[in-house]
Amino acid sequence: MAEIIQEEKGKGGKKRAKKVVPHIDMTPMVDLMCLLITFFMLANSLNKAKIMEIVLPDRLNDPNQEAPRISASRTQNIILGPENKIYTYPGTVKPEDFNNLPPLRETDFSATGIRQILLGWNKTLFKKIADFNQQVISGKIEISQDSVRGAISHLKKVDDTGPIVLIKAYKEANYGNFVDILDEMNICGIAVFMFVDITWYEEKMVEAAMGVVSTSATSSN
Amino acid sequence: MPKIKLPTKQPRIDMTPMVDTFCVVLTFLMLTTQMRQPEPATIDTPFSISETPTLDFNMMTFLVSPEGKVFMNFDNGPDTILQFRPKILAEMGKRYGIEFTEKQLREFEKIPSSMGVPIMDMQAFLNAKDNASRKVYQVGIPLDSTDNQMAMWVFYARQVNPNIQACIKGDSKTPFPAVKKVLDILQEMKVKRFNLVTNLEAAKINLEEIQQ
Repeated sequence: MAEIIQEEKGKGGKKRAKKVVPHIDMTPMVDLMCLLITFFMLANSLNKAKIMEIVLPDRLNDPNQEAPRISASRTQNIILGPENKIYTYPGTVKPEDFNNLPPLRETDFSATGIRQILLGWNKTLFKKIADFNQQVISGKIEISQDSVRGAISHLKKVDDTGPIVLIKAYKEANYGNFVDILDEMNICGIAVFMFVDITWYEEKMVEAAMGVVSTSATSSN
Repeated sequence: MPKIKLPTKQPRIDMTPMVDTFCVVLTFLMLTTQMRQPEPATIDTPFSISETPTLDFNMMTFLVSPEGKVFMNFDNGPDTILQFRPKILAEMGKRYGIEFTEKQLREFEKIPSSMGVPIMDMQAFLNAKDNASRKVYQVGIPLDSTDNQMAMWVFYARQVNPNIQACIKGDSKTPFPAVKKVLDILQEMKVKRFNLVTNLEAAKINLEEIQQ
Protein backbone atom coordinates (compact mmCIF):
# COMPACT_ATOMS: atom_id res chain seq x y z
CA MET A 1 0.00 0.00 0.00
CA ALA A 2 2.61 2.35 1.07
CA GLU A 3 4.55 1.54 -2.05
CA ILE A 4 1.67 2.41 -4.27
CA ILE A 5 1.20 5.70 -2.61
CA GLN A 6 4.88 6.41 -2.98
CA GLU A 7 4.70 5.57 -6.65
CA GLU A 8 1.82 7.89 -7.13
CA LYS A 9 3.61 10.62 -5.32
CA GLY A 10 6.70 10.03 -7.39
CA LYS A 11 4.71 10.30 -10.57
CA GLY A 12 3.20 13.55 -9.46
CA GLY A 13 6.68 14.87 -8.61
CA LYS A 14 7.99 13.93 -12.03
CA LYS A 15 5.18 15.78 -13.66
CA ARG A 16 6.00 18.91 -11.74
CA ALA A 17 9.70 18.55 -12.47
CA LYS A 18 8.95 18.64 -16.16
CA LYS A 19 7.89 22.27 -15.85
CA VAL A 20 10.45 24.70 -17.20
CA VAL A 21 13.27 25.37 -14.78
CA PRO A 22 13.12 29.05 -13.84
CA HIS A 23 16.05 30.86 -15.35
CA ILE A 24 17.36 33.94 -13.62
CA ASP A 25 18.72 36.49 -15.99
CA MET A 26 22.01 37.53 -14.44
CA THR A 27 22.98 40.20 -16.94
CA PRO A 28 21.93 43.20 -14.82
CA MET A 29 23.73 41.74 -11.84
CA VAL A 30 26.89 41.28 -13.88
CA ASP A 31 26.55 44.82 -15.19
CA LEU A 32 26.29 46.21 -11.72
CA MET A 33 29.22 44.20 -10.48
CA CYS A 34 31.34 45.35 -13.39
CA LEU A 35 30.58 48.93 -12.47
CA LEU A 36 31.39 48.39 -8.81
CA ILE A 37 34.65 46.62 -9.63
CA THR A 38 35.70 49.43 -11.93
CA PHE A 39 34.86 51.95 -9.24
CA PHE A 40 36.82 50.20 -6.54
CA MET A 41 39.81 49.58 -8.76
CA LEU A 42 39.98 53.23 -9.72
CA ALA A 43 39.38 54.35 -6.16
CA ASN A 44 42.21 52.11 -5.05
CA SER A 45 44.73 53.46 -7.50
CA LEU A 46 43.69 57.11 -7.46
CA ASN A 47 43.51 57.34 -3.71
CA LYS A 48 47.25 57.22 -3.34
CA ALA A 49 48.84 60.60 -3.09
CA LYS A 50 52.26 61.07 -4.58
CA ILE A 51 55.30 62.36 -2.80
CA MET A 52 58.20 64.50 -3.88
CA GLU A 53 61.45 64.17 -2.06
CA ILE A 54 63.64 67.09 -1.08
CA VAL A 55 66.77 67.23 0.99
CA LEU A 56 67.57 70.32 2.99
CA PRO A 57 71.17 71.17 3.85
CA ASP A 58 72.50 70.77 7.37
CA ARG A 59 72.05 73.63 9.77
CA LEU A 60 75.29 75.44 10.51
CA ASN A 61 75.23 75.52 14.26
CA ASP A 62 78.96 75.87 14.75
CA PRO A 63 79.93 79.52 14.13
CA ASN A 64 83.45 78.49 13.10
CA GLN A 65 82.09 76.28 10.38
CA GLU A 66 82.00 77.98 7.03
CA ALA A 67 79.22 77.66 4.52
CA PRO A 68 80.24 75.67 1.45
CA ARG A 69 81.57 77.91 -1.30
CA ILE A 70 80.03 77.78 -4.73
CA SER A 71 81.15 79.50 -7.87
CA ALA A 72 79.32 82.78 -8.43
CA SER A 73 79.38 82.48 -12.20
CA ARG A 74 77.15 79.43 -12.14
CA THR A 75 74.87 80.65 -9.40
CA GLN A 76 71.35 81.68 -10.20
CA ASN A 77 68.96 82.96 -7.58
CA ILE A 78 65.24 82.45 -7.63
CA ILE A 79 63.09 84.36 -5.18
CA LEU A 80 59.47 83.40 -4.74
CA GLY A 81 57.54 86.61 -4.48
CA PRO A 82 53.99 87.50 -3.54
CA GLU A 83 51.06 86.94 -5.93
CA ASN A 84 52.69 83.97 -7.70
CA LYS A 85 55.55 86.04 -9.04
CA ILE A 86 59.11 84.87 -9.35
CA TYR A 87 62.16 87.09 -9.30
CA THR A 88 65.52 85.90 -10.52
CA TYR A 89 68.99 87.36 -10.58
CA PRO A 90 72.35 85.81 -11.45
CA GLY A 91 75.47 85.57 -9.32
CA THR A 92 75.84 86.70 -5.77
CA VAL A 93 75.41 89.98 -3.97
CA LYS A 94 77.63 91.08 -1.17
CA PRO A 95 75.84 92.70 1.76
CA GLU A 96 78.21 95.67 1.42
CA ASP A 97 76.73 96.63 -1.95
CA PHE A 98 73.29 97.20 -0.57
CA ASN A 99 73.15 100.62 -2.19
CA ASN A 100 73.85 99.13 -5.57
CA LEU A 101 71.66 96.07 -5.80
CA PRO A 102 71.29 94.30 -9.13
CA PRO A 103 67.87 94.54 -10.76
CA LEU A 104 65.56 91.56 -10.53
CA ARG A 105 64.04 89.86 -13.51
CA GLU A 106 60.36 89.23 -13.00
CA THR A 107 58.59 86.17 -14.35
CA ASP A 108 55.77 83.76 -13.49
CA PHE A 109 54.97 80.06 -13.16
CA SER A 110 53.62 79.55 -16.67
CA ALA A 111 55.32 77.25 -19.16
CA THR A 112 56.61 80.28 -21.03
CA GLY A 113 57.88 81.98 -17.89
CA ILE A 114 60.23 80.35 -15.46
CA ARG A 115 60.44 77.10 -17.41
CA GLN A 116 61.98 78.81 -20.44
CA ILE A 117 64.48 80.59 -18.23
CA LEU A 118 65.45 77.38 -16.45
CA LEU A 119 65.78 75.50 -19.73
CA GLY A 120 67.91 78.32 -21.06
CA TRP A 121 70.29 77.95 -18.15
CA ASN A 122 70.27 74.20 -18.27
CA LYS A 123 70.30 73.64 -22.04
CA THR A 124 73.18 71.20 -22.38
CA LEU A 125 72.25 68.96 -19.49
CA PHE A 126 68.59 68.93 -20.39
CA LYS A 127 69.42 67.94 -23.96
CA LYS A 128 71.65 65.16 -22.69
CA ILE A 129 68.87 63.80 -20.50
CA ALA A 130 66.29 64.14 -23.26
CA ASP A 131 68.57 62.37 -25.76
CA PHE A 132 69.17 59.59 -23.28
CA ASN A 133 65.45 59.16 -22.67
CA GLN A 134 64.82 59.15 -26.41
CA GLN A 135 67.40 56.45 -26.94
CA VAL A 136 65.89 54.34 -24.20
CA ILE A 137 62.43 54.67 -25.68
CA SER A 138 63.56 53.88 -29.22
CA GLY A 139 65.51 50.87 -27.96
CA LYS A 140 69.01 52.04 -28.93
CA ILE A 141 70.13 51.59 -25.36
CA GLU A 142 69.04 48.42 -23.64
CA ILE A 143 68.60 49.26 -20.00
CA SER A 144 66.18 48.16 -17.33
CA GLN A 145 63.59 50.61 -16.11
CA ASP A 146 65.14 50.72 -12.67
CA SER A 147 68.57 51.78 -13.85
CA VAL A 148 67.21 54.63 -15.99
CA ARG A 149 66.81 56.77 -12.92
CA GLY A 150 70.27 55.93 -11.74
CA ALA A 151 71.75 56.75 -15.15
CA ILE A 152 69.98 60.10 -15.21
CA SER A 153 71.16 60.98 -11.74
CA HIS A 154 74.67 60.06 -12.85
CA LEU A 155 74.32 62.40 -15.84
CA LYS A 156 73.30 65.11 -13.40
CA LYS A 157 76.20 64.36 -11.11
CA VAL A 158 78.95 64.62 -13.73
CA ASP A 159 77.45 67.72 -15.29
CA ASP A 160 79.39 70.93 -14.70
CA THR A 161 77.68 73.34 -17.07
CA GLY A 162 74.25 73.65 -15.53
CA PRO A 163 73.35 76.31 -13.03
CA ILE A 164 73.45 76.10 -9.28
CA VAL A 165 70.02 77.33 -8.35
CA LEU A 166 69.35 78.87 -4.98
CA ILE A 167 65.69 79.05 -4.11
CA LYS A 168 64.54 81.64 -1.64
CA ALA A 169 61.09 82.50 -0.44
CA TYR A 170 59.90 86.00 0.31
CA LYS A 171 57.62 86.08 3.32
CA GLU A 172 54.45 86.53 1.29
CA ALA A 173 54.99 83.47 -0.89
CA ASN A 174 52.77 80.45 -0.36
CA TYR A 175 53.44 76.76 -0.12
CA GLY A 176 52.05 76.05 -3.57
CA ASN A 177 54.74 78.27 -5.10
CA PHE A 178 57.39 76.34 -3.21
CA VAL A 179 56.20 72.99 -4.51
CA ASP A 180 55.77 74.42 -8.01
CA ILE A 181 59.33 75.70 -8.18
CA LEU A 182 60.75 72.39 -6.93
CA ASP A 183 58.61 70.68 -9.52
CA GLU A 184 60.02 72.94 -12.25
CA MET A 185 63.50 71.93 -11.10
CA ASN A 186 62.57 68.30 -11.66
CA ILE A 187 60.91 69.00 -14.99
CA CYS A 188 63.90 70.93 -16.30
CA GLY A 189 66.40 68.44 -14.91
CA ILE A 190 68.35 70.97 -12.85
CA ALA A 191 71.21 69.06 -11.26
CA VAL A 192 72.00 71.27 -8.28
CA PHE A 193 69.39 73.25 -6.45
CA MET A 194 69.10 74.26 -2.87
CA PHE A 195 66.54 75.89 -0.70
CA VAL A 196 68.10 78.60 1.45
CA ASP A 197 66.89 81.35 3.74
CA ILE A 198 66.27 84.73 2.18
CA THR A 199 68.64 87.50 3.25
CA TRP A 200 67.62 91.00 4.26
CA TYR A 201 69.12 92.61 1.16
CA GLU A 202 67.25 90.22 -1.08
CA GLU A 203 64.02 91.11 0.70
CA LYS A 204 64.90 94.71 -0.03
CA MET A 205 65.48 93.87 -3.68
CA VAL A 206 62.05 92.25 -3.92
CA GLU A 207 60.42 95.22 -2.27
CA ALA A 208 62.23 97.55 -4.65
CA ALA A 209 61.13 95.48 -7.64
CA MET A 210 57.56 95.49 -6.40
CA GLY A 211 57.76 99.22 -5.80
CA VAL A 212 59.03 99.80 -9.33
CA VAL A 213 56.19 97.77 -10.72
CA SER A 214 53.54 99.57 -8.72
CA THR A 215 54.91 103.07 -9.47
CA SER A 216 55.18 102.31 -13.17
CA ALA A 217 51.62 101.04 -13.07
CA THR A 218 50.40 104.22 -11.41
CA SER A 219 52.40 106.44 -13.76
CA SER A 220 50.95 104.68 -16.79
CA ASN A 221 47.50 105.30 -15.38
CA MET B 1 16.52 13.97 -48.26
CA PRO B 2 14.67 15.61 -45.55
CA LYS B 3 16.55 18.32 -43.81
CA ILE B 4 17.32 17.78 -40.21
CA LYS B 5 15.66 20.55 -38.37
CA LEU B 6 17.40 21.51 -35.25
CA PRO B 7 15.13 22.84 -32.60
CA THR B 8 15.53 26.61 -32.62
CA LYS B 9 16.76 27.58 -29.22
CA GLN B 10 18.31 30.79 -28.13
CA PRO B 11 21.87 30.25 -26.93
CA ARG B 12 22.14 30.84 -23.27
CA ILE B 13 25.37 31.64 -21.56
CA ASP B 14 25.61 30.44 -18.04
CA MET B 15 26.84 33.45 -16.17
CA THR B 16 27.16 31.80 -12.77
CA PRO B 17 30.95 31.29 -12.84
CA MET B 18 31.41 34.84 -14.06
CA VAL B 19 29.28 36.14 -11.25
CA ASP B 20 31.26 34.03 -8.83
CA THR B 21 34.60 35.47 -9.91
CA PHE B 22 33.19 38.98 -9.92
CA CYS B 23 31.92 38.47 -6.41
CA VAL B 24 35.35 37.38 -5.24
CA VAL B 25 37.13 40.27 -6.95
CA LEU B 26 34.59 42.76 -5.67
CA THR B 27 34.85 41.52 -2.10
CA PHE B 28 38.61 41.69 -2.28
CA LEU B 29 38.62 45.22 -3.64
CA MET B 30 36.03 46.38 -1.12
CA LEU B 31 38.01 45.00 1.77
CA THR B 32 41.33 46.40 0.63
CA THR B 33 40.15 49.91 -0.19
CA GLN B 34 40.81 52.32 2.59
CA MET B 35 38.27 55.02 2.55
CA ARG B 36 39.94 58.31 3.15
CA GLN B 37 39.07 59.68 6.53
CA PRO B 38 38.08 63.30 6.69
CA GLU B 39 41.02 65.32 7.92
CA PRO B 40 40.58 68.00 10.58
CA ALA B 41 41.40 70.63 7.98
CA THR B 42 40.63 70.63 4.28
CA ILE B 43 43.82 70.48 2.28
CA ASP B 44 44.23 70.96 -1.46
CA THR B 45 47.65 69.58 -2.19
CA PRO B 46 49.66 71.21 -4.98
CA PHE B 47 50.53 69.39 -8.18
CA SER B 48 53.82 67.93 -9.31
CA ILE B 49 55.19 65.47 -11.84
CA SER B 50 56.49 63.12 -9.15
CA GLU B 51 55.22 59.57 -9.47
CA THR B 52 56.47 58.06 -6.25
CA PRO B 53 53.51 56.81 -4.21
CA THR B 54 53.21 57.57 -0.52
CA LEU B 55 54.57 55.07 1.95
CA ASP B 56 52.18 53.04 4.05
CA PHE B 57 54.27 52.86 7.17
CA ASN B 58 57.36 54.37 8.79
CA MET B 59 56.01 57.79 8.18
CA MET B 60 54.92 60.85 10.09
CA THR B 61 52.86 63.37 8.22
CA PHE B 62 52.54 67.02 9.09
CA LEU B 63 49.43 68.65 7.84
CA VAL B 64 49.75 72.42 7.47
CA SER B 65 46.37 74.05 7.02
CA PRO B 66 45.89 77.37 5.20
CA GLU B 67 45.44 79.06 8.59
CA GLY B 68 48.86 77.84 9.63
CA LYS B 69 47.69 75.17 12.06
CA VAL B 70 49.76 72.02 12.22
CA PHE B 71 48.32 68.52 12.58
CA MET B 72 50.22 65.28 12.86
CA ASN B 73 49.62 61.75 11.79
CA PHE B 74 51.64 58.60 12.20
CA ASP B 75 51.50 56.01 9.44
CA ASN B 76 48.46 57.69 7.85
CA GLY B 77 45.58 55.93 9.43
CA PRO B 78 44.99 53.50 12.23
CA ASP B 79 48.10 52.01 13.76
CA THR B 80 50.05 49.30 11.98
CA ILE B 81 51.09 45.98 13.49
CA LEU B 82 54.28 47.46 14.84
CA GLN B 83 52.26 49.65 17.21
CA PHE B 84 54.43 52.69 17.44
CA ARG B 85 51.62 55.04 18.31
CA PRO B 86 50.91 54.07 21.93
CA LYS B 87 54.63 54.03 22.67
CA ILE B 88 55.07 57.53 21.27
CA LEU B 89 52.12 58.82 23.27
CA ALA B 90 53.35 57.14 26.45
CA GLU B 91 56.75 58.79 26.01
CA MET B 92 55.08 62.14 25.42
CA GLY B 93 53.02 61.62 28.57
CA LYS B 94 56.15 60.94 30.58
CA ARG B 95 57.76 64.10 29.24
CA TYR B 96 54.82 66.28 30.22
CA GLY B 97 53.88 64.42 33.42
CA ILE B 98 50.60 63.03 32.14
CA GLU B 99 49.74 59.42 32.76
CA PHE B 100 47.67 57.83 30.03
CA THR B 101 45.53 54.84 30.86
CA GLU B 102 45.63 51.65 28.83
CA LYS B 103 42.26 52.52 27.35
CA GLN B 104 43.40 55.95 26.24
CA LEU B 105 46.49 54.51 24.58
CA ARG B 106 44.34 52.06 22.69
CA GLU B 107 42.03 54.89 21.69
CA PHE B 108 45.02 56.82 20.36
CA GLU B 109 45.95 53.81 18.26
CA LYS B 110 42.60 53.94 16.53
CA ILE B 111 42.43 57.60 15.50
CA PRO B 112 41.89 57.40 11.75
CA SER B 113 42.84 60.93 10.76
CA SER B 114 45.45 63.49 11.72
CA MET B 115 45.33 65.06 15.12
CA GLY B 116 46.35 68.47 16.28
CA VAL B 117 45.71 68.41 20.00
CA PRO B 118 47.89 70.09 22.61
CA ILE B 119 49.19 67.40 24.94
CA MET B 120 47.32 68.96 27.89
CA ASP B 121 43.99 68.33 26.17
CA MET B 122 44.97 64.89 24.94
CA GLN B 123 43.21 62.97 27.74
CA ALA B 124 39.96 64.83 27.23
CA PHE B 125 40.32 64.32 23.48
CA LEU B 126 40.79 60.57 23.86
CA ASN B 127 37.94 60.27 26.35
CA ALA B 128 35.49 62.01 24.05
CA LYS B 129 32.96 59.64 22.57
CA ASP B 130 32.51 60.71 18.96
CA ASN B 131 34.21 62.73 16.28
CA ALA B 132 31.96 65.74 16.74
CA SER B 133 32.91 66.24 20.36
CA ARG B 134 36.55 65.55 19.52
CA LYS B 135 36.66 68.28 16.95
CA VAL B 136 36.69 70.96 19.67
CA TYR B 137 40.16 69.91 20.75
CA GLN B 138 41.68 69.95 17.27
CA VAL B 139 43.31 73.35 17.49
CA GLY B 140 46.71 72.47 16.07
CA ILE B 141 49.90 71.38 17.76
CA PRO B 142 51.65 74.22 19.61
CA LEU B 143 55.04 74.99 18.08
CA ASP B 144 56.18 78.26 19.61
CA SER B 145 59.65 78.40 21.02
CA THR B 146 58.23 78.49 24.57
CA ASP B 147 56.09 75.40 24.19
CA ASN B 148 57.38 73.43 21.25
CA GLN B 149 55.36 70.26 21.47
CA MET B 150 55.86 69.45 17.80
CA ALA B 151 59.60 69.12 18.30
CA MET B 152 58.90 66.72 21.17
CA TRP B 153 56.57 64.63 19.02
CA VAL B 154 59.23 64.44 16.35
CA PHE B 155 61.88 63.58 18.92
CA TYR B 156 59.95 60.71 20.49
CA ALA B 157 58.61 59.43 17.19
CA ARG B 158 62.18 59.13 15.97
CA GLN B 159 63.27 57.55 19.22
CA VAL B 160 60.53 54.90 19.10
CA ASN B 161 60.87 54.27 15.37
CA PRO B 162 64.29 55.26 13.98
CA ASN B 163 63.18 54.53 10.41
CA ILE B 164 60.41 57.08 10.44
CA GLN B 165 60.33 59.55 7.56
CA ALA B 166 58.89 63.02 7.58
CA CYS B 167 56.17 63.96 5.17
CA ILE B 168 54.70 67.40 4.72
CA LYS B 169 51.23 67.92 3.38
CA GLY B 170 50.31 71.52 2.86
CA ASP B 171 47.55 73.37 1.13
CA SER B 172 48.72 75.28 -1.92
CA LYS B 173 47.42 78.45 -0.28
CA THR B 174 49.23 77.94 3.00
CA PRO B 175 51.49 80.95 3.59
CA PHE B 176 55.07 79.88 3.27
CA PRO B 177 56.26 81.10 6.72
CA ALA B 178 53.90 78.54 8.34
CA VAL B 179 55.54 75.74 6.38
CA LYS B 180 58.96 77.22 7.02
CA LYS B 181 58.35 76.97 10.77
CA VAL B 182 57.67 73.24 10.44
CA LEU B 183 60.71 72.79 8.21
CA ASP B 184 62.85 74.69 10.72
CA ILE B 185 61.73 72.53 13.62
CA LEU B 186 62.40 69.38 11.64
CA GLN B 187 65.80 70.65 10.59
CA GLU B 188 66.61 71.41 14.19
CA MET B 189 65.70 67.84 15.06
CA LYS B 190 68.21 66.75 12.38
CA VAL B 191 65.62 65.58 9.88
CA LYS B 192 67.03 66.38 6.47
CA ARG B 193 64.95 64.33 4.08
CA PHE B 194 61.42 65.45 3.48
CA ASN B 195 58.65 64.16 1.37
CA LEU B 196 56.15 66.66 0.09
CA VAL B 197 52.73 65.24 -0.61
CA THR B 198 51.46 66.28 -4.04
CA ASN B 199 48.99 65.28 -6.70
CA LEU B 200 50.15 63.94 -10.01
CA GLU B 201 50.11 66.24 -13.00
CA ALA B 202 51.72 65.60 -16.34
CA ALA B 203 54.11 68.10 -17.86
CA LYS B 204 55.43 68.01 -21.38
CA ILE B 205 58.31 69.95 -22.80
CA ASN B 206 58.71 70.58 -26.46
CA LEU B 207 62.24 69.74 -27.47
CA GLU B 208 62.17 71.96 -30.56
CA GLU B 209 61.29 74.97 -28.48
CA ILE B 210 64.44 74.73 -26.45
CA GLN B 211 66.75 74.19 -29.37
CA GLN B 212 65.93 77.61 -30.69
